[in-house]
Amino acid sequence: MNAEVTTIKTAAETALAQAYAQARGQLPGDDAMMAQREAAFDLFAKEGLPHRRVEEWKYTDLRALMREAKPLATPPDAAAKARAKTAAALLGDVETRRLVFVDGAFVAELSDLTNLEKGLTVGSLAEALSVNDRALALHLGKLAPGSDVAVALNTALMGDGAVIRIAAGSTIERPLHLLFMASERPAATFVRSLVVVERGARAMLIESHEGPPGSDYQVNAALELFVGDEAHVDHVKLIGEGGDALHVSTLAAAIGTRARFNSFTFTVGGAVVRNQLFLRFDGEGTVASIRGATLLKGRQHADTTLVADHIARDCQSREVFKAVLDDDAHGVFQGRIIVRRHAQKTDAKMITQALLLSERAEADNKPELEIFADDVQCGHGATSGALDDALKFYLMARGIPAAEAEALLIQAFLGEAIEGIEHAGLREALMESVVAWLKARGGA
Amino acid sequence: MALLKIKNLHVEIAGKEILKGLDLTVDAGEVHAIMGPNGSGKSTLAYVLAGKADYTQTSGEVLFNGKNIFDMQPDERAAAGLFLAFQYPLEIPGVATMTFLRTALNAQRKKRGEAELSTPEFIKKVRDTAGKLSIDPEMLRRAVNVGFSGGEKKRNEILQMALLEPRLAVLDETDSGLDIDALKIVADGVNRLRGPGRSFVVITHYQRLLNYIVPDVVHVLSNGRIVKTGGKELALELEARGYAEYQEEVLA
Repeated sequence: MNAEVTTIKTAAETALAQAYAQARGQLPGDDAMMAQREAAFDLFAKEGLPHRRVEEWKYTDLRALMREAKPLATPPDAAAKARAKTAAALLGDVETRRLVFVDGAFVAELSDLTNLEKGLTVGSLAEALSVNDRALALHLGKLAPGSDVAVALNTALMGDGAVIRIAAGSTIERPLHLLFMASERPAATFVRSLVVVERGARAMLIESHEGPPGSDYQVNAALELFVGDEAHVDHVKLIGEGGDALHVSTLAAAIGTRARFNSFTFTVGGAVVRNQLFLRFDGEGTVASIRGATLLKGRQHADTTLVADHIARDCQSREVFKAVLDDDAHGVFQGRIIVRRHAQKTDAKMITQALLLSERAEADNKPELEIFADDVQCGHGATSGALDDALKFYLMARGIPAAEAEALLIQAFLGEAIEGIEHAGLREALMESVVAWLKARGGA
Repeated sequence: MALLKIKNLHVEIAGKEILKGLDLTVDAGEVHAIMGPNGSGKSTLAYVLAGKADYTQTSGEVLFNGKNIFDMQPDERAAAGLFLAFQYPLEIPGVATMTFLRTALNAQRKKRGEAELSTPEFIKKVRDTAGKLSIDPEMLRRAVNVGFSGGEKKRNEILQMALLEPRLAVLDETDSGLDIDALKIVADGVNRLRGPGRSFVVITHYQRLLNYIVPDVVHVLSNGRIVKTGGKELALELEARGYAEYQEEVLA
């Protein structure tokens, strides 16, 4: 028998193919870029949307979860831009240099482009592609994994994003804030950013993703981040999308020698969220802390998928991911630590914990170690469970009402992940967001 | 009026009856000791008073200051002035001791309609009280009971009691696991709080603690009931002769 398996395309897959066919003539970039887009789109055309039989997407069946594909976003109008001014709720009072994107398009007039620090270069991807920027061509697409269909769609359809370079030895005091704001129009955006932090430079990069409730917009965002030798980079991703949004985002980072790299993802928004982190430890002696806190309620679904690939020796990585799941929420954590043959003396530890506040909530934790070196210290731990009744009783016996006792225990649970953030203002802002989430839940 | 009045209390856990008709009356300002062999129901009594959920009251009543405590949640009982010093204080990773103390104190004050303490007032109060209990200020910055020794945990319970100023404190085997120096510190802490407006129920297996916290009344609890009540000399008697005769009484 020689039956070919023909996959019937879903409505979303068909719509994505049509959107690409219509857009491809207008997408920015030269012939080489166009060839990259075509190759990426071919992968999507062949594989379709990732589904549960694709191991990496086992718990987030995008083919089932994404019932339709929204039309590609058109440039934002004045009203959409005006609303973007009120964004960044999750950041509190943290002073940042904002680069604002509305519906995936860079909005210069809302961004702070004045008095750039020495060594800082900032631009938009659309502009860089349209002028065939050579530095861009050297870096773009070099880190994003070629086999991931979500990334492939991003490559095929990317229209805009941030392009940032931090020159060797520069310290950028003010955090750079990439603010991605969706307007009320339910559209699809594909943004791609590229950040190159050169040798010995230091910077903090915050990306936040927000949008209105009640709009089922779709976001596919990717960030390629080069952390140079001896550079120190703090990366923070805040996923505060509207409650009906679909959000897929990817961080692909390559980290050089004796660098410091911290990444923190805070997930509270979105109906369906897939947060991918692909980290490559290319240089020896690097210390990295990769953390995350997720708070879900209602029918929210959020999946964090992490691959920490230790290629060089003597690196230390700590991965701590915590999820609080209420109502019918579904939290997924897939973490894979790979230690290659030459990555001796790697010290990698991964912890993932889920706190279930409802009997209907579900947590899937899948930690994996793939070790090819023989002199390493690696470990992982995964737990999930309900709040400890004995602890709650102890707090209540001291006069703390039930809801407040629960809130205190939930904050303590998340604290372990959030405390690792070095920026005090951001740490406090996130703890406040946790308190606000707990209040909305009916806590204290 | 009695501060605590327990009448014919029957309590079971997982279908097994532990308290079988317990009667106890504690007046304001009195210190009562409850002694008894292991398994007699001492800790059950302590937990039932504080409101632990695992227990079912099948009959009888408990009035605290004239109110039925079974109508009150654990936090409401605490705000009304009932305090339990746990036999095994729990560790709460991630919650700083100071935050815990402050949240508890302010929650109680709020429920009683009192103003919350200002930060300087609160810090001064905690420092002073901790100092008297030989508690290192460094401990207050750590997570509640995490990494504390057994003695430190017990002193931390007494610190909480001193800050919360309850009307009735139930001490559940606070002496267990303490060396003599720690025992004296804890007893001093309790004695400082004694006064006409405050009562204590001191639950203990051994007479030793009662050398330092001298009770007004001593009860023997056996098989879920108070089987004998006397003055402080009863404790010495028990120390000398053991609990055998009370346990036999039950079997007879």
